[in-house]
Amino acid sequence: MEFDWAFAWSITPDLLRGLLVTVQVVVLGFVVAVVLGLLLAIAQRSAWAPIRAACAGYLSFFRSTPLMVQLYVLFFALPLAGLTLPPFATGVVGLGLYYAAYIAEAFRGAIEDIPPGQWEAALALDFDRATTWRRLILPQAFKPLLPVLGNYLIGMFKETPLLAVITIPELFQAAKQVAGMSYRYTEPYTLMALMFLAISVPTSLLFKYLEHRRHA
Amino acid sequence: MITDTTALFIARQLASGALVTLEITVMAEALVLVLAFTVALMRLSPWRLVRWVATLYVEVLRGISALVLLFYLFFILPLFDISLSPMATGVLGLGLTFSAYGSEIIRSALVNVHQGQRDAVRALDFGPVIALRRIILPQALPVMLPPLGNQLVELLKTTSLVSLITLTDLTFSGAQLITTLGHQTLIWCLVLVGYFLMAWPLTRLVRWYERRVTAWRTT
Repeated sequence: MEFDWAFAWSITPDLLRGLLVTVQVVVLGFVVAVVLGLLLAIAQRSAWAPIRAACAGYLSFFRSTPLMVQLYVLFFALPLAGLTLPPFATGVVGLGLYYAAYIAEAFRGAIEDIPPGQWEAALALDFDRATTWRRLILPQAFKPLLPVLGNYLIGMFKETPLLAVITIPELFQAAKQVAGMSYRYTEPYTLMALMFLAISVPTSLLFKYLEHRRHA
Repeated sequence: MITDTTALFIARQLASGALVTLEITVMAEALVLVLAFTVALMRLSPWRLVRWVATLYVEVLRGISALVLLFYLFFILPLFDISLSPMATGVLGLGLTFSAYGSEIIRSALVNVHQGQRDAVRALDFGPVIALRRIILPQALPVMLPPLGNQLVELLKTTSLVSLITLTDLTFSGAQLITTLGHQTLIWCLVLVGYFLMAWPLTRLVRWYERRVTAWRTT
Protein backbone atom coordinates (compact mmCIF):
# COMPACT_ATOMS: atom_id res chain seq x y z
CA MET A 1 0.00 0.00 0.00
CA GLU A 2 1.58 3.23 -1.21
CA PHE A 3 0.91 6.63 0.25
CA ASP A 4 -0.37 8.59 -2.77
CA TRP A 5 0.70 12.22 -2.31
CA ALA A 6 -1.32 13.56 -5.25
CA PHE A 7 -4.47 11.90 -3.92
CA ALA A 8 -3.74 13.20 -0.42
CA TRP A 9 -3.38 16.73 -1.82
CA SER A 10 -6.62 16.43 -3.80
CA ILE A 11 -8.70 15.50 -0.74
CA THR A 12 -7.16 18.16 1.54
CA PRO A 13 -9.82 20.84 0.73
CA ASP A 14 -12.63 18.43 1.69
CA LEU A 15 -10.94 17.60 4.96
CA LEU A 16 -10.24 21.25 5.73
CA ARG A 17 -13.94 22.05 5.27
CA GLY A 18 -14.65 19.33 7.82
CA LEU A 19 -12.00 20.76 10.14
CA LEU A 20 -13.70 24.16 9.99
CA VAL A 21 -17.02 22.64 11.11
CA THR A 22 -15.17 20.79 13.88
CA VAL A 23 -13.61 24.00 15.17
CA GLN A 24 -16.98 25.81 15.07
CA VAL A 25 -18.74 23.08 17.06
CA VAL A 26 -15.93 22.96 19.61
CA VAL A 27 -15.80 26.72 20.16
CA LEU A 28 -19.58 27.07 20.52
CA GLY A 29 -19.82 23.93 22.66
CA PHE A 30 -17.02 25.22 24.89
CA VAL A 31 -18.87 28.51 25.45
CA VAL A 32 -22.04 26.61 26.38
CA ALA A 33 -20.05 24.33 28.70
CA VAL A 34 -18.26 27.16 30.51
CA VAL A 35 -21.43 29.21 31.03
CA LEU A 36 -23.51 26.22 32.14
CA GLY A 37 -20.65 24.87 34.24
CA LEU A 38 -20.34 28.19 36.03
CA LEU A 39 -24.09 28.32 36.68
CA LEU A 40 -24.01 24.75 38.04
CA ALA A 41 -21.04 25.55 40.29
CA ILE A 42 -22.84 28.59 41.70
CA ALA A 43 -26.11 26.69 42.07
CA GLN A 44 -24.28 24.00 44.05
CA ARG A 45 -23.64 26.59 46.74
CA SER A 46 -27.33 27.44 46.92
CA ALA A 47 -28.91 27.54 50.36
CA TRP A 48 -31.82 25.55 48.99
CA ALA A 49 -31.28 21.79 49.29
CA PRO A 50 -33.41 20.64 46.29
CA ILE A 51 -31.30 22.82 43.97
CA ARG A 52 -28.09 21.33 45.37
CA ALA A 53 -29.47 17.81 44.98
CA ALA A 54 -30.56 18.50 41.39
CA CYS A 55 -27.07 19.79 40.55
CA ALA A 56 -25.38 16.79 42.13
CA GLY A 57 -27.71 14.49 40.18
CA TYR A 58 -26.92 16.30 36.95
CA LEU A 59 -23.17 16.07 37.55
CA SER A 60 -23.07 12.40 38.44
CA PHE A 61 -25.41 11.38 35.63
CA PHE A 62 -23.63 13.25 32.87
CA ARG A 63 -20.23 12.17 34.15
CA SER A 64 -21.20 8.50 34.40
CA THR A 65 -22.59 7.98 30.91
CA PRO A 66 -20.78 8.08 27.55
CA LEU A 67 -21.05 11.18 25.43
CA MET A 68 -21.88 9.08 22.39
CA VAL A 69 -25.02 7.63 23.96
CA GLN A 70 -26.03 11.08 25.21
CA LEU A 71 -25.73 12.32 21.63
CA TYR A 72 -27.88 9.45 20.40
CA VAL A 73 -30.57 10.34 22.92
CA LEU A 74 -30.45 14.03 21.98
CA PHE A 75 -30.51 13.26 18.29
CA PHE A 76 -33.00 10.39 18.05
CA ALA A 77 -35.12 10.63 21.16
CA LEU A 78 -35.75 14.36 21.52
CA PRO A 79 -37.51 14.69 18.14
CA LEU A 80 -40.01 12.09 19.36
CA ALA A 81 -40.66 14.37 22.32
CA GLY A 82 -41.40 17.16 19.84
CA LEU A 83 -38.07 18.98 20.07
CA THR A 84 -36.19 18.86 16.78
CA LEU A 85 -32.80 20.53 16.51
CA PRO A 86 -30.56 20.56 13.46
CA PRO A 87 -27.53 18.20 13.83
CA PHE A 88 -25.08 21.06 14.31
CA ALA A 89 -27.09 22.53 17.19
CA THR A 90 -27.53 19.05 18.70
CA GLY A 91 -23.76 18.63 18.64
CA VAL A 92 -23.16 21.97 20.34
CA VAL A 93 -25.79 21.23 22.99
CA GLY A 94 -24.50 17.68 23.50
CA LEU A 95 -20.88 18.72 23.94
CA GLY A 96 -21.95 21.66 26.10
CA LEU A 97 -24.12 19.60 28.46
CA TYR A 98 -21.48 16.88 28.85
CA TYR A 99 -18.49 19.12 29.45
CA ALA A 100 -20.50 21.48 31.68
CA ALA A 101 -20.58 18.66 34.22
CA TYR A 102 -16.77 18.45 34.23
CA ILE A 103 -16.18 22.20 34.14
CA ALA A 104 -18.67 22.72 36.97
CA GLU A 105 -16.59 20.41 39.14
CA ALA A 106 -13.43 22.37 38.27
CA PHE A 107 -15.19 25.66 39.08
CA ARG A 108 -16.43 24.24 42.36
CA GLY A 109 -12.88 23.32 43.37
CA ALA A 110 -11.56 26.75 42.39
CA ILE A 111 -14.36 28.52 44.29
CA GLU A 112 -13.80 26.39 47.38
CA ASP A 113 -10.09 27.26 47.28
CA ILE A 114 -10.83 30.94 47.74
CA PRO A 115 -9.92 31.84 51.33
CA PRO A 116 -12.98 32.42 53.55
CA GLY A 117 -11.50 35.81 54.42
CA GLN A 118 -12.54 37.03 50.99
CA TRP A 119 -16.19 36.16 51.67
CA GLU A 120 -16.00 37.76 55.10
CA ALA A 121 -14.43 40.90 53.68
CA ALA A 122 -17.19 41.14 51.08
CA LEU A 123 -19.76 40.78 53.84
CA ALA A 124 -18.01 43.36 56.02
CA LEU A 125 -17.89 45.84 53.12
CA ASP A 126 -21.61 45.23 52.54
CA PHE A 127 -21.30 44.07 48.94
CA ASP A 128 -24.46 42.43 47.65
CA ARG A 129 -24.26 38.83 46.46
CA ALA A 130 -24.11 39.58 42.76
CA THR A 131 -21.25 42.05 43.18
CA THR A 132 -19.37 39.67 45.48
CA TRP A 133 -19.51 36.93 42.87
CA ARG A 134 -18.80 39.15 39.91
CA ARG A 135 -16.03 41.38 41.27
CA LEU A 136 -14.41 39.28 44.00
CA ILE A 137 -14.95 35.55 43.78
CA LEU A 138 -15.09 34.77 40.07
CA PRO A 139 -12.01 36.78 39.01
CA GLN A 140 -9.97 34.92 41.62
CA ALA A 141 -11.49 31.56 40.74
CA PHE A 142 -10.82 31.99 37.03
CA LYS A 143 -7.05 32.36 37.32
CA PRO A 144 -6.01 28.90 38.54
CA LEU A 145 -8.68 27.45 36.27
CA LEU A 146 -7.02 28.50 33.03
CA PRO A 147 -4.91 25.35 32.46
CA VAL A 148 -7.83 23.12 33.44
CA LEU A 149 -10.11 24.83 30.94
CA GLY A 150 -7.38 24.46 28.33
CA ASN A 151 -7.28 20.72 28.91
CA TYR A 152 -11.03 20.47 28.55
CA LEU A 153 -10.95 22.50 25.34
CA ILE A 154 -8.44 20.07 23.84
CA GLY A 155 -10.41 17.14 25.22
CA MET A 156 -13.56 18.45 23.55
CA PHE A 157 -11.74 18.86 20.29
CA LYS A 158 -10.71 15.25 20.40
CA GLU A 159 -14.25 14.06 21.17
CA THR A 160 -15.64 15.69 18.03
CA PRO A 161 -15.26 12.58 15.83
CA LEU A 162 -18.23 11.31 17.82
CA LEU A 163 -20.35 13.99 16.22
CA ALA A 164 -20.10 12.03 12.98
CA VAL A 165 -22.58 9.53 14.44
CA ILE A 166 -25.22 12.26 14.45
CA THR A 167 -24.40 13.22 10.83
CA ILE A 168 -22.56 16.49 11.46
CA PRO A 169 -20.18 16.99 8.50
CA GLU A 170 -17.06 17.48 10.64
CA LEU A 171 -13.52 16.31 9.98
CA PHE A 172 -14.03 12.65 10.82
CA GLN A 173 -17.20 12.44 8.74
CA ALA A 174 -15.36 14.09 5.83
CA ALA A 175 -12.52 11.57 6.07
CA LYS A 176 -14.98 8.68 6.26
CA GLN A 177 -16.82 9.93 3.19
CA VAL A 178 -13.62 10.27 1.19
CA ALA A 179 -12.59 6.77 2.27
CA GLY A 180 -16.03 5.40 1.40
CA MET A 181 -16.03 6.88 -2.07
CA SER A 182 -12.45 6.09 -3.07
CA TYR A 183 -11.80 2.90 -1.07
CA ARG A 184 -8.53 4.47 0.00
CA TYR A 185 -8.13 4.57 3.75
CA THR A 186 -4.50 5.45 4.39
CA GLU A 187 -4.52 8.99 3.01
CA PRO A 188 -7.76 10.38 4.52
CA TYR A 189 -7.22 8.85 7.97
CA THR A 190 -3.56 9.81 8.12
CA LEU A 191 -4.33 13.39 7.07
CA MET A 192 -7.12 13.51 9.63
CA ALA A 193 -4.80 12.34 12.41
CA LEU A 194 -2.22 14.95 11.37
CA MET A 195 -4.88 17.67 11.37
CA PHE A 196 -5.92 16.70 14.88
CA LEU A 197 -2.30 16.92 16.00
CA ALA A 198 -1.84 20.22 14.12
CA ILE A 199 -4.60 21.78 16.23
CA SER A 200 -4.25 20.06 19.59
CA VAL A 201 -0.48 20.30 20.04
CA PRO A 202 -0.26 24.11 19.45
CA THR A 203 -3.34 24.65 21.66
CA SER A 204 -1.69 22.65 24.41
CA LEU A 205 1.53 24.67 24.02
CA LEU A 206 -0.45 27.93 24.09
CA PHE A 207 -2.09 27.03 27.38
CA LYS A 208 1.26 25.91 28.80
CA TYR A 209 2.68 29.30 27.83
CA LEU A 210 -0.24 31.18 29.40
CA GLU A 211 0.22 29.14 32.58
CA HIS A 212 3.97 29.85 32.74
CA ARG A 213 3.42 33.54 32.15
CA ARG A 214 0.97 33.64 35.02
CA HIS A 215 3.50 32.02 37.38
CA ALA A 216 6.35 34.27 36.25
CA MET B 1 -47.10 -1.84 23.64
CA ILE B 2 -44.20 -3.92 24.88
CA THR B 3 -45.02 -7.50 25.77
CA ASP B 4 -43.24 -9.47 28.46
CA THR B 5 -41.31 -11.48 25.90
CA THR B 6 -40.05 -8.34 24.19
CA ALA B 7 -39.06 -6.82 27.51
CA LEU B 8 -37.17 -9.99 28.37
CA PHE B 9 -35.51 -9.96 24.95
CA ILE B 10 -34.42 -6.34 25.39
CA ALA B 11 -33.07 -7.07 28.86
CA ARG B 12 -31.16 -10.13 27.67
CA GLN B 13 -29.59 -8.29 24.71
CA LEU B 14 -28.59 -5.29 26.80
CA ALA B 15 -27.18 -7.50 29.54
CA SER B 16 -24.99 -9.42 27.11
CA GLY B 17 -23.86 -6.09 25.62
CA ALA B 18 -23.02 -4.79 29.08
CA LEU B 19 -20.97 -7.93 29.68
CA VAL B 20 -18.91 -7.27 26.54
CA THR B 21 -18.44 -3.68 27.68
CA LEU B 22 -17.11 -4.89 31.04
CA GLU B 23 -14.87 -7.45 29.33
CA ILE B 24 -13.27 -4.80 27.09
CA THR B 25 -12.90 -2.46 30.04
CA VAL B 26 -11.07 -5.04 32.13
CA MET B 27 -8.73 -6.13 29.34
CA ALA B 28 -7.99 -2.59 28.20
CA GLU B 29 -7.33 -1.52 31.79
CA ALA B 30 -4.82 -4.37 32.22
CA LEU B 31 -3.01 -3.19 29.09
CA VAL B 32 -3.21 0.43 30.28
CA LEU B 33 -1.57 -0.41 33.61
CA VAL B 34 1.30 -2.35 32.03
CA LEU B 35 2.00 0.25 29.32
CA ALA B 36 1.52 3.22 31.64
CA PHE B 37 3.96 1.85 34.20
CA THR B 38 6.54 1.10 31.55
CA VAL B 39 6.24 4.53 29.95
CA ALA B 40 6.29 6.30 33.32
CA LEU B 41 9.50 4.49 34.28
CA MET B 42 10.96 5.26 30.85
CA ARG B 43 10.24 8.95 31.38
CA LEU B 44 12.22 8.79 34.62
CA SER B 45 15.11 6.95 33.00
CA PRO B 46 18.65 8.35 33.24
CA TRP B 47 19.13 7.93 29.47
CA ARG B 48 17.97 10.86 27.42
CA LEU B 49 16.98 8.79 24.38
CA VAL B 50 14.63 6.58 26.41
CA ARG B 51 13.06 9.64 28.04
CA TRP B 52 12.64 11.23 24.64
CA VAL B 53 10.90 8.19 23.14
CA ALA B 54 8.52 8.00 26.10
CA THR B 55 7.70 11.71 25.86
CA LEU B 56 6.95 11.35 22.16
CA TYR B 57 4.67 8.38 22.90
CA VAL B 58 2.70 10.37 25.46
CA GLU B 59 2.40 13.55 23.40
CA VAL B 60 1.34 11.80 20.20
CA LEU B 61 -1.20 9.51 21.81
CA ARG B 62 -2.68 12.34 23.87
CA GLY B 63 -3.00 14.43 20.71
CA ILE B 64 -4.96 11.84 18.70
CA SER B 65 -8.50 11.09 19.65
CA ALA B 66 -9.35 7.55 20.72
CA LEU B 67 -11.86 7.10 17.92
CA VAL B 68 -9.40 8.19 15.25
CA LEU B 69 -6.84 5.73 16.63
CA LEU B 70 -9.41 2.91 16.65
CA PHE B 71 -10.35 3.57 13.04
CA TYR B 72 -6.70 3.80 12.11
CA LEU B 73 -6.00 0.40 13.66
CA PHE B 74 -9.18 -1.13 12.27
CA PHE B 75 -8.94 0.03 8.65
CA ILE B 76 -5.28 0.69 8.01
CA LEU B 77 -3.40 -2.10 9.77
CA PRO B 78 -5.07 -4.74 7.51
CA LEU B 79 -3.60 -2.91 4.52
CA PHE B 80 -0.17 -3.70 5.95
CA ASP B 81 -1.25 -7.33 6.36
CA ILE B 82 -1.75 -7.04 10.10
CA SER B 83 -5.27 -8.21 10.84
CA LEU B 84 -6.52 -8.00 14.38
CA SER B 85 -9.91 -9.14 15.58
CA PRO B 86 -12.29 -6.26 16.42
CA MET B 87 -11.89 -7.16 20.10
CA ALA B 88 -8.09 -6.96 19.94
CA THR B 89 -8.32 -3.71 17.99
CA GLY B 90 -10.65 -2.21 20.58
CA VAL B 91 -8.50 -3.27 23.52
CA LEU B 92 -5.29 -2.11 21.82
CA GLY B 93 -6.71 1.25 20.70
CA LEU B 94 -8.23 2.12 24.05
CA GLY B 95 -5.22 0.70 25.89
CA LEU B 96 -2.76 2.86 23.93
CA THR B 97 -4.81 6.06 24.31
CA PHE B 98 -5.42 5.67 28.02
CA SER B 99 -1.89 4.50 28.80
CA ALA B 100 -0.60 7.90 27.66
CA TYR B 101 -2.76 9.65 30.26
CA GLY B 102 -2.15 6.94 32.84
CA SER B 103 1.63 7.21 32.55
CA GLU B 104 1.38 10.89 33.51
CA ILE B 105 -0.60 9.98 36.63
CA ILE B 106 1.92 7.32 37.61
CA ARG B 107 4.92 9.49 36.83
CA SER B 108 3.69 12.40 38.91
CA ALA B 109 2.91 10.08 41.84
CA LEU B 110 6.41 8.55 41.67
CA VAL B 111 8.10 11.94 41.37
CA ASN B 112 6.18 13.33 44.32
CA VAL B 113 7.54 10.80 46.81
CA HIS B 114 9.56 12.85 49.28
CA GLN B 115 13.18 13.54 48.31
CA GLY B 116 14.34 12.42 51.76
CA GLN B 117 13.07 8.92 50.99
CA ARG B 118 15.21 8.84 47.87
CA ASP B 119 18.24 10.06 49.80
CA ALA B 120 17.66 7.38 52.44
CA VAL B 121 17.42 4.69 49.74
CA ARG B 122 20.78 5.79 48.42
CA ALA B 123 22.35 6.03 51.88
CA LEU B 124 21.21 2.49 52.65
CA ASP B 125 22.59 1.31 49.30
CA PHE B 126 19.35 -0.23 47.94
CA GLY B 127 19.36 -1.34 44.34
CA PRO B 128 16.98 0.54 42.01
CA VAL B 129 14.52 -2.36 41.67
CA ILE B 130 14.16 -3.09 45.35
CA ALA B 131 14.02 0.65 46.13
CA LEU B 132 11.13 1.08 43.70
CA ARG B 133 9.30 -1.99 44.92
CA ARG B 134 9.74 -1.62 48.66
CA ILE B 135 10.15 2.12 49.26
CA ILE B 136 8.93 4.32 46.44
CA LEU B 137 5.94 2.38 45.09
CA PRO B 138 4.21 1.69 48.42
CA GLN B 139 4.26 5.42 49.11
CA ALA B 140 3.22 6.45 45.60
CA LEU B 141 0.40 3.90 45.27
CA PRO B 142 -2.18 5.61 47.52
CA VAL B 143 -1.57 8.86 45.61
CA MET B 144 -1.99 7.35 42.17
CA LEU B 145 -4.95 5.06 42.84
CA PRO B 146 -7.75 7.68 42.96
CA PRO B 147 -6.82 9.34 39.64
CA LEU B 148 -6.30 5.92 38.08
CA GLY B 149 -9.75 4.95 39.36
CA ASN B 150 -11.27 8.05 37.76
CA GLN B 151 -9.50 7.11 34.58
CA LEU B 152 -11.02 3.65 34.76
CA VAL B 153 -14.48 5.26 34.83
CA GLU B 154 -13.51 7.29 31.76
CA LEU B 155 -12.30 4.11 30.08
CA LEU B 156 -15.58 2.35 30.84
CA LYS B 157 -17.49 5.16 29.17
CA THR B 158 -15.11 5.40 26.23
CA THR B 159 -15.58 1.71 25.42
CA SER B 160 -18.85 2.82 23.79
CA LEU B 161 -16.64 3.82 20.85
CA VAL B 162 -15.93 0.18 20.02
CA SER B 163 -19.53 -0.15 18.87
CA LEU B 164 -18.37 1.76 15.79
CA ILE B 165 -15.86 -0.96 14.93
CA THR B 166 -18.55 -3.67 15.02
CA LEU B 167 -18.05 -4.97 18.57
CA THR B 168 -21.35 -5.90 20.21
CA ASP B 169 -20.98 -3.87 23.38
CA LEU B 170 -23.80 -2.18 25.28
CA THR B 171 -24.12 0.70 22.79
CA PHE B 172 -24.07 -1.65 19.81
CA SER B 173 -26.72 -3.90 21.38
CA GLY B 174 -28.87 -0.80 21.89
CA ALA B 175 -28.46 0.23 18.26
CA GLN B 176 -29.24 -3.32 17.12
CA LEU B 177 -32.40 -3.50 19.23
CA ILE B 178 -33.54 -0.20 17.73
CA THR B 179 -33.13 -1.48 14.18
CA THR B 180 -35.20 -4.56 14.98
CA LEU B 181 -37.76 -3.20 17.46
CA GLY B 182 -37.85 0.60 17.22
CA HIS B 183 -38.58 2.25 20.60
CA GLN B 184 -35.62 4.61 20.21
CA THR B 185 -36.28 6.75 23.26
CA LEU B 186 -36.82 3.83 25.59
CA ILE B 187 -33.80 1.86 24.46
CA TRP B 188 -31.32 4.72 24.37
CA CYS B 189 -32.47 5.72 27.85
CA LEU B 190 -32.00 2.13 29.03
CA VAL B 191 -28.49 2.15 27.56
CA LEU B 192 -27.72 5.39 29.41
CA VAL B 193 -29.01 3.88 32.64
CA GLY B 194 -26.91 0.77 31.98
CA TYR B 195 -23.71 2.79 31.74
CA PHE B 196 -24.72 4.80 34.77
CA LEU B 197 -25.24 1.64 36.82
CA MET B 198 -21.77 0.40 35.91
CA ALA B 199 -19.90 3.68 36.32
CA TRP B 200 -21.63 5.12 39.38
CA PRO B 201 -20.57 2.41 41.90
CA LEU B 202 -17.02 2.71 40.59
CA THR B 203 -17.07 6.47 41.13
CA ARG B 204 -18.38 5.98 44.68
CA LEU B 205 -15.64 3.43 45.36
CA VAL B 206 -12.95 5.85 44.20
CA ARG B 207 -14.43 8.64 46.35
CA TRP B 208 -14.54 6.35 49.38
CA TYR B 209 -10.93 5.25 48.92
CA GLU B 210 -9.79 8.83 48.36
CA ARG B 211 -11.44 9.95 51.58
CA ARG B 212 -9.87 7.03 53.42
CA VAL B 213 -6.30 7.69 52.28
CA THR B 214 -6.51 11.43 52.82
CA ALA B 215 -8.23 11.13 56.21
CA TRP B 216 -4.97 11.62 58.11
CA ARG B 217 -4.54 15.06 56.60
CA THR B 218 -7.67 16.48 58.20
CA THR B 219 -7.36 14.82 61.59
